[in-house]
Amino acid sequence: MKKNELKQGPKQNLKVQSNHLKSKDQFGGLSKQLLLQMHSHMVKARVLEERLIKIYRAGESFFWIGGPGEEAWGVPLGMLAKKGQGPAYDYLHLHYRCSPTLIAMGLEMVDSIRLMMNRATDPSTGGRNFSNHFCFPKWNIAPVTSPLEVQYPIACGTAHVQKRTGKKSITIVTGGDAGTAEGDFASSLILASRKGQELPMLITVQNNKWGISTSYDGQHGESFIADRAKGFNIKSRVINGNDPVETYLALQEDMEYIRKTGKPAFIEAMVSRLYGHSSASGANPIQNEVDPVKVFENKLLKAGVLKQAECQKIWADFEAEGVRATEQARSESVPTANSIWDHTYVNNENADWRKF
Amino acid sequence: MANMAQAIRMALHYAETNYELKDVFGQDVGAPLGGVFTATQGVKSAWNSTLDERGIIGMAMGIAMTGDRCVAEIQFADYIFNTIDLLKIAGNTLWCTNGQYNLPMTVMTPVGAGIRGSVYHSHSFDAWASRLAGWKIVMPSNPLDAYGLLLSCILDPNPTMFLKPKALMRVRGEELIPGEPIDEKELKNMIDAPIGDRSKWKPKWPKIQEYLVPFGEGKITRSGDQITVVSYGRHLLICNEVADQLASEGYSIEVIDLRSIYPYDWTMIKTSVQKTGRVLFVNEDTEVTNFGEHLAYRVTQELFYELLARPRVIAGKHVPGIGLHPHLEDASVPQKHEIYEAIKDICAEVP
Repeated sequence: MKKNELKQGPKQNLKVQSNHLKSKDQFGGLSKQLLLQMHSHMVKARVLEERLIKIYRAGESFFWIGGPGEEAWGVPLGMLAKKGQGPAYDYLHLHYRCSPTLIAMGLEMVDSIRLMMNRATDPSTGGRNFSNHFCFPKWNIAPVTSPLEVQYPIACGTAHVQKRTGKKSITIVTGGDAGTAEGDFASSLILASRKGQELPMLITVQNNKWGISTSYDGQHGESFIADRAKGFNIKSRVINGNDPVETYLALQEDMEYIRKTGKPAFIEAMVSRLYGHSSASGANPIQNEVDPVKVFENKLLKAGVLKQAECQKIWADFEAEGVRATEQARSESVPTANSIWDHTYVNNENADWRKF
Repeated sequence: MANMAQAIRMALHYAETNYELKDVFGQDVGAPLGGVFTATQGVKSAWNSTLDERGIIGMAMGIAMTGDRCVAEIQFADYIFNTIDLLKIAGNTLWCTNGQYNLPMTVMTPVGAGIRGSVYHSHSFDAWASRLAGWKIVMPSNPLDAYGLLLSCILDPNPTMFLKPKALMRVRGEELIPGEPIDEKELKNMIDAPIGDRSKWKPKWPKIQEYLVPFGEGKITRSGDQITVVSYGRHLLICNEVADQLASEGYSIEVIDLRSIYPYDWTMIKTSVQKTGRVLFVNEDTEVTNFGEHLAYRVTQELFYELLARPRVIAGKHVPGIGLHPHLEDASVPQKHEIYEAIKDICAEVP
């Protein structure tokens, strides 16, 4: 229990210690309020992703890629991150299945939909990049990139500065299992674990056992990806990333370890991929995968933490928010052709050679 | 009079003292070596990285993302190629984030042939670098410009690339860096690490001052009215030599040191070519899709009716590598006699 009582950041206020559920085995001693908050974020993230897929299917967007199935991993991560701007706060180097984390940090649906529909009002890219390629400097969300795994060595840079800053802030990096074949993954393990120069990093992998259409089994010799971190003397574990309670507790413990020791930790979270890799493979539902939102919801219902009517209302409210957000984004302006040179250099210094 | 390695060292020291430069890193960049060309020797913020170019560039991007300035070195440009997508991402981060994340990072790397460096210590990178949108790219030809360009790179809020002509690292210039001692032995005693045990050595930095060479500003190193020769880095010095030689033969040659590859000083090129009507671009990167071709294209498009002769480009041969034997290297990268002959040919061409 003590682990759960450690201060981790603003969101920890959600835990009401006097309201702990008695069924510790099932919910790890987390408060009812926290559990309901997690559930709400998970539902919102799911509704949002399914809204994005509908937008793609309606022909209102060119491409969808996202994270249905990673809610139980992503939501606790977003809730536990020390949110703010600059090295005194946590940096998050996320991949493109990160919407649950962003939802938990306060992302409005409309801002995801603006990105999906390439609106000029999209706060992450101004309509320049794919869905879920978020960027929020106000929360230290590093820009999500399409190239896989580059975020891992980049994350070492923010962690290096945080170590110098000494504010107990950490860098968190996420990515998929297939991408760990890239050398950048190994680079981060090496850079984070050099003796005497260890970096305050939470290095994570969300293992959904797929790399687009290629299964994990044919591409990996290691039993667990987490085993690779052990080789660098990095505290390492494998968790059920489809269980938000297990995830929350593991993240909380490892974040505290990193803040306290300044050393890295590694988590491999086993997660589901409920739709295809992206719209390129149809964005169709995949059968026989565990649905973490439904499993968690059923547990809450069965334990009486959540009532059926409340549950239905949560889904309905987010569905309605998604529809409203889509209508709003649809009405907003798109980038203009003459903006292509904007932000090539800082302060829009001319970068067009025709004008040199 | 400082050589280029000393000039770079002094620029880094000036920046860590005055510009809040906190990280200068790369393979063998820190003590005891201070860089394979000693260009980071004695620099307080210099540290050794892992032998991992992608780790170096990735880490530089992360440091820059926090707002801290850094200088990352790739030991030889020949080994920068496996970072090309990271360089591309560094160049597009500001653009992709609609102006939200800028990366104030400098990558420096030795380039070019001229030291019998064989296949993997002779590559050029200027043409490749010129295709990295979002970056500013410079290459000095003398120590003073190296000092001024590097300081401009470090101060700039965008990703910048400082290409060091490795064959010029021990070459001294003709102009003093503001604040450096006139006597080169005195400078050596102050900032060159001793041979042997360096564990207790500390540099005694001269009271150097700020000196900035702005991006996009070339320099006319020889004035003339018969032909314009545009170059940078190592070949700029060769072009100067040829111009001096041909001057004694009655030619009047204007040589431009471009210094800044992107952005570049089009006004200077244009004004000169309008005066001379003839132009030759010289660099040692390979010839197919060479940066000089872009400049020749632009001259052709914008100054076509003012030209007296076809614009030409002399560049490295489009071969897979620069061989170690002098016959191979000399046949692969532009030589003095080629520049000499090309200038005479162009000057002889009559419309």
